[in-house]
Amino acid sequence: MEWLVAASIGLLVGCGVYLLLRSRSFSVVLGLVLFSYGVNLFVFAAGRLHVNQPPLISASAPYADPLPQALVLTAIVIGFAMTAFVLTLVLRALADLGSDRVDDRQGEEDQ
Amino acid sequence: MSHLLLIPLLLPLTLAALVLALPLSARMQKIIGLAGALGFLIAALGLLLQSAQGDIAVTLLGDWPAPYGIVLLCDRLSALMLTLTGLLATAALLYATGGSDVSGRHFHALFQFQLFGLAGAFLTGDLFNLFVFFEVLLMASYGLLLQGGGAARTRAALHYALLNLIGSLLFLLGAAMLYAATGTLNMAHLAMRLQGLASADASLASAGGLLLLTVFALKAALLPLHAWMVPAYAAAAAPVAALFAILTKVGVYAMLRLLVLLSGIGPDQSIMPPVGLVLTGAAILTVAAGSLGVLASLRLRPMIAYLVMVSVGTLLAGIAPGSANGVSAALYYLIHTTLITAGLFLLADLIARGRPQGQRLIIGDPPRAAAILSPLFLLGAIAIAGLPPLSGFLGKTLILSAVRDAAMANGSPAWAWVWAAVLVSSLLVVLGLSRAGVLLLWRSRGATATPGAAESAPAGDARRLGLAASIALLAASPLLILFAAPLTAFTLATATQVLDNRAYVDAIPGLEAMTLTPSASAEGQR
Repeated sequence: MEWLVAASIGLLVGCGVYLLLRSRSFSVVLGLVLFSYGVNLFVFAAGRLHVNQPPLISASAPYADPLPQALVLTAIVIGFAMTAFVLTLVLRALADLGSDRVDDRQGEEDQ
Repeated sequence: MSHLLLIPLLLPLTLAALVLALPLSARMQKIIGLAGALGFLIAALGLLLQSAQGDIAVTLLGDWPAPYGIVLLCDRLSALMLTLTGLLATAALLYATGGSDVSGRHFHALFQFQLFGLAGAFLTGDLFNLFVFFEVLLMASYGLLLQGGGAARTRAALHYALLNLIGSLLFLLGAAMLYAATGTLNMAHLAMRLQGLASADASLASAGGLLLLTVFALKAALLPLHAWMVPAYAAAAAPVAALFAILTKVGVYAMLRLLVLLSGIGPDQSIMPPVGLVLTGAAILTVAAGSLGVLASLRLRPMIAYLVMVSVGTLLAGIAPGSANGVSAALYYLIHTTLITAGLFLLADLIARGRPQGQRLIIGDPPRAAAILSPLFLLGAIAIAGLPPLSGFLGKTLILSAVRDAAMANGSPAWAWVWAAVLVSSLLVVLGLSRAGVLLLWRSRGATATPGAAESAPAGDARRLGLAASIALLAASPLLILFAAPLTAFTLATATQVLDNRAYVDAIPGLEAMTLTPSASAEGQR
C-alpha cells in the first residue's frame, strides 16, 4: 500500500507543480488544487498507514494515529476557503486587467 | 498560568465579529477599530511589563496538559513583537480614519482579523497552530491589500496570494514531515523529541525544518523569494502598507524561533545542517538587490518597499550567526526599521496626495504643507539610511560589530562581505533618498501650489490625524536613541532568553518533567 500512496502523492504534486508553472490563471488554480490534494494526503500519511486499526490510543494494541486525521481536516477546510478566494480573485483580475495571464505579460500575443 | 495572553487574541476577534455582524455606522466602526487597536496595545504593554521580569507566561487552552493541548506562550520576544504590532496598528488606524477606511467595505473587520492573526502567530507554541494563524493573517492581508481596488492592487494581490498559497502548502508539508519524524507538533516538545532520533527520522525532520525555513524566507521576502513584496507594498493603501511593515518581520520572527528550536536542546545535537552561512549569503544578496531597487525606483512607494527589503536583509545578517549579540542587535534594528518604514509609508502618502504629480519622482509643484513634510522626510531618510545621529546608525553599527565578533570567534570570513554589503547599501540608500527628497520637496517648480492642484488631499481634520500618525512613528527614531541603553539591555536579555531553548521548554508545565528520550507513545505508533 505504501508505494501506491507514495506514487499518488508524487503524481498529484508533480502535476500540480507543472500546472502552477503555467502562465494562465486557470491552470495555476488547478495546479494549486492538485498540489493541495497531494499535500493533504501527505499530512494524512504522516501518521503512518494503518489498515483496520481504531484511532484510539491504547497501550497494548496497535492504533491509527488520530492527530493527522484531525490536521488534514483543518487543512482541507482552509484549502477549500483559499481556493474559493483565489477563484474570485482570478475572476476579478480577469475583469480588472483584461487578461487571464499571471506572468505580467498582458500585452503580448498569446501562444 | 496567565490569562492576559488571551486579550490580544480575543479582543480583535470579538471586535471583528462585532463589526461584521452589526449594521454600524462608519463613525462607530472607526471608534471600535481604534478602541480595539488601543486595547491591543495596552494588553501588549502589559505583557511586555510582565515578561520584562524574565518569566515566560504560559496559557494552556482548555487546561489540556502540554503536549496534547494547544499552548500559548509569551516570552520577551513575543511581547516585543506584540507591542510593535500594537504601535503600528494604532498609528495606521489613526491614519486610516482620515478616509482610506471607507474606500472599501469591511476595512475595520479585516484590520481586526489581521491583528488577531498577527497576535496568534507571535503567541502560539504549536507548529500547526502557527500554520492556522499564518492563514488567518494572510487571508486578512489579501483583503486589506485589495482595499480601494484598482488594477495595480489586483495584480499585486493575485501574485501575493498565489505565492503565499504555495508557501502555505510547503508549510503543511514541512509540519507533516516534522510530525512524522517526532510525533508531536508542540514546538517545545518537538525540540525535546529531536534528541536521539534515528538517522532516517533525523533526515526527515531536517528536510521538514528546511522546508519551513523556506516558507518563512518567503514571508520575510528574502532574495530569491522576494518577488511578491515590492508590488504589494507599493500598491496597498498607505495605512495597510504601514501595517504590512510587520508582515515581513513575522517571517523573521518565525525563522528565529524555528532555528533555535531545531538546533536541539543538547549542546551538539542539532539535526539542522549549518544554515547560517546560506542565510548570510541570502541576506547579503537581499541587501544588494534592495539597495539597487531603491536607486532604480521611479516612484516613492516602491522605493520605500525596497527599503523594507534592505532592512530584512540587514536583520537576517545579524540573526544568521546565531550569537546573542547578533540577535540582540537585530532586535534593536527590527524595532527601528519597522516603525520608521511604516512612518515613511504614511509620509509618502501625505506627500503624494499633496502634489499633482503624486508619488512620481519628477520635478513638480511642492506638496501642500511642505514646511512640515520636508523636515519629516529628512528625519525619516536619515533614520532609515543609517546616518548618525539617529537610530538606524546605532542599529547597523550594533549588527555589524556583532557579525564581526561572531565571525572572529569561529574564523569565518563572511563578515567582510556583510560589512561591504551593508555599508555600500547605506551609501546607495542615501543617494536614492536624497534624489527623492530633492525632486519631491526641494527643486519644486513654483513657490506655492496652484489652488485646486491638490484636490485629492484630505480635508483639515483627517490631514492632521494623518500627520500626527506619521510623526508619531517617525519620532520613534530619536526616542530609540535617547533610550538606547535600557532598550539594548532589554534586547540583549530578549536574545539570551530566545536562544536558551531549555528555558522555553521548562516554562511549559508538564514538559519539564519529561525525559529527553522519545516517549513510549511515539514508539508505539511505529
